[in-house]
Amino acid sequence: MRAFAIIPVLAAFFCAPALAQLADPSVTINDKFSERIDIGISTNEIAIASDFSGADITVFGAIDGADELLLATFAYDVVVALEGPRQSTTVRRKERVAGIWVNRHSIRFEPIPASYSMSSTRPLPNIANLMELASRDIGINNIRLVPTGGVGDGSRLTEFRDALRRIKQTSGLYQRDPTGVQFISKALFRASVRLPANIPVGQHTVRAVLYKNNQFVMEKVIPLRVVKTGLEQFIFNLAHVHSLAYGLIAVLIATITGWLGSVIFRKD
Amino acid sequence: MSIYLPIAELSVNIFVILGMGAAVGFLSGMFGVGGGFLITPLLIFYNIPPAVAVATGANQVVASSISGALAHFRRGTLDIKLGLVLLVGGLIGATVGIQIFSMLRRMGQLDLIISLLYVIFLGSVGSLMLWESINSIRRAAKNDPVPLRKPGQHNWVHRLPFKMRFKRSKLYLSVIPVIFLGFAIGILTSVMGVGGGFIMVPAMIYLLRIPTNVVIGTSLFQIIFVTAFTTVVQAATNYSVDIVLAWLLMIAGVIGAQYGVRVGQKMRGEQLRAGLALLVLAVGIRLGFDLVLPPDEIYSVVSGSFGF
Repeated sequence: MRAFAIIPVLAAFFCAPALAQLADPSVTINDKFSERIDIGISTNEIAIASDFSGADITVFGAIDGADELLLATFAYDVVVALEGPRQSTTVRRKERVAGIWVNRHSIRFEPIPASYSMSSTRPLPNIANLMELASRDIGINNIRLVPTGGVGDGSRLTEFRDALRRIKQTSGLYQRDPTGVQFISKALFRASVRLPANIPVGQHTVRAVLYKNNQFVMEKVIPLRVVKTGLEQFIFNLAHVHSLAYGLIAVLIATITGWLGSVIFRKD
Repeated sequence: MSIYLPIAELSVNIFVILGMGAAVGFLSGMFGVGGGFLITPLLIFYNIPPAVAVATGANQVVASSISGALAHFRRGTLDIKLGLVLLVGGLIGATVGIQIFSMLRRMGQLDLIISLLYVIFLGSVGSLMLWESINSIRRAAKNDPVPLRKPGQHNWVHRLPFKMRFKRSKLYLSVIPVIFLGFAIGILTSVMGVGGGFIMVPAMIYLLRIPTNVVIGTSLFQIIFVTAFTTVVQAATNYSVDIVLAWLLMIAGVIGAQYGVRVGQKMRGEQLRAGLALLVLAVGIRLGFDLVLPPDEIYSVVSGSFGF
């Protein structure tokens, strides 16, 4: 297990003018409030090597312009979520047919995050109401699962959604830590989010959302790329881009291995 | 120690994979089989996606059958002409099989069909072998002579047209059943990830009446090319061949097979066949239970390439 060291980027928000932030697509602001949140990570790329067995990443951040009194009464809440690349996903349900369990029904969902790892200062129901959280896709139970195509009479949709969330959680792809965000000084916080061993490669995003007295203040998004490194990356690319050559190489390796085996262990 | 499989996209324990390869290699050396019918179910039991297990299993069989076929070639127990005719059917069968494989995968029924085919084939072949070997063990105990095949005996297979002379096998045989057998085995190779020796060898001996001494070498010869072809086509259409996984299995398998061969030479033929039959049945029954018993999770999720 490795932890990725993170550098706080405090300097950025003291000099960043509000106008520039408004034009920035990575930022969503509720104009009612003057507080701002910013986060930083030391790397924008995480490499999966052959011994990868999951990792913890620590995100540092700060609340700028926070009210001292409100900070002391824990009025500010922060949710940090690492979202994986979106993939269209099919859920299938087995049924017993002639004594054998067979996939019978399936529902296809519009692209959902392949992985979702969330940390917050408190359990989500204490941070904001359900409608607010759902409108921003915050929390495992609030990620929007929109079916595509036919869903029959729709009576099974809830079961399929629950199953999808349950399976994503048991496989470690969706996880939450309701106390994973901690204030380390007055306005400075640290969030640890867990990357599972089976994390999908591709463009991930780190989302940090600030709430004040149960009301949305601001969201900040930064990208994080998860890539395979070295040999793994090479093999994956070869298999997908030059698949015919890859197949021929696989056969060549098998031929050489088999031939060597028969030569080395030849008894006659 | 864990190792990341770039195509299966998951981390596995390298010693479990090596152990699996060595154990299957040992058994395949002992019983003289390719081992694909054991590797693929074992990989599935170890949570490797079935699509990857099947394609990688075919790749692993290439290595183990080359070792075996070379040994038979040196001893002159390989009928290349017969092997080539089998191969014609095998390549057509594998091409059809890959289409079936891709179609089943799109329909979400691939895992079911793979398991069903394994249960049917392992169950029936295992039962037949067990029956046959118990009978010969009994006969040996009673000192009865084993009934020998009469050389002049023919069945309906030998009345078919398009006959061809196979010198090494000392046979004058129609190519139709040979090509058809190759075709059927080719489909199994691409759908189940097996070499198919466990079906081809009995079919060649009992159906086509090919002399036993050339059967194993010749079937291995055709298995090399059909599994090699399947590997290339699986890689090109389904991207499901994991080269790292296959290589670990091959290395361990080739080494394990050498020890298996030594143990196998010390055992009696009918005892070996009974042992293999029990093993085949055990794998079949295990897969059968998984189909019949209520699963822990009746839902499954497929996203991206192989799902989980």
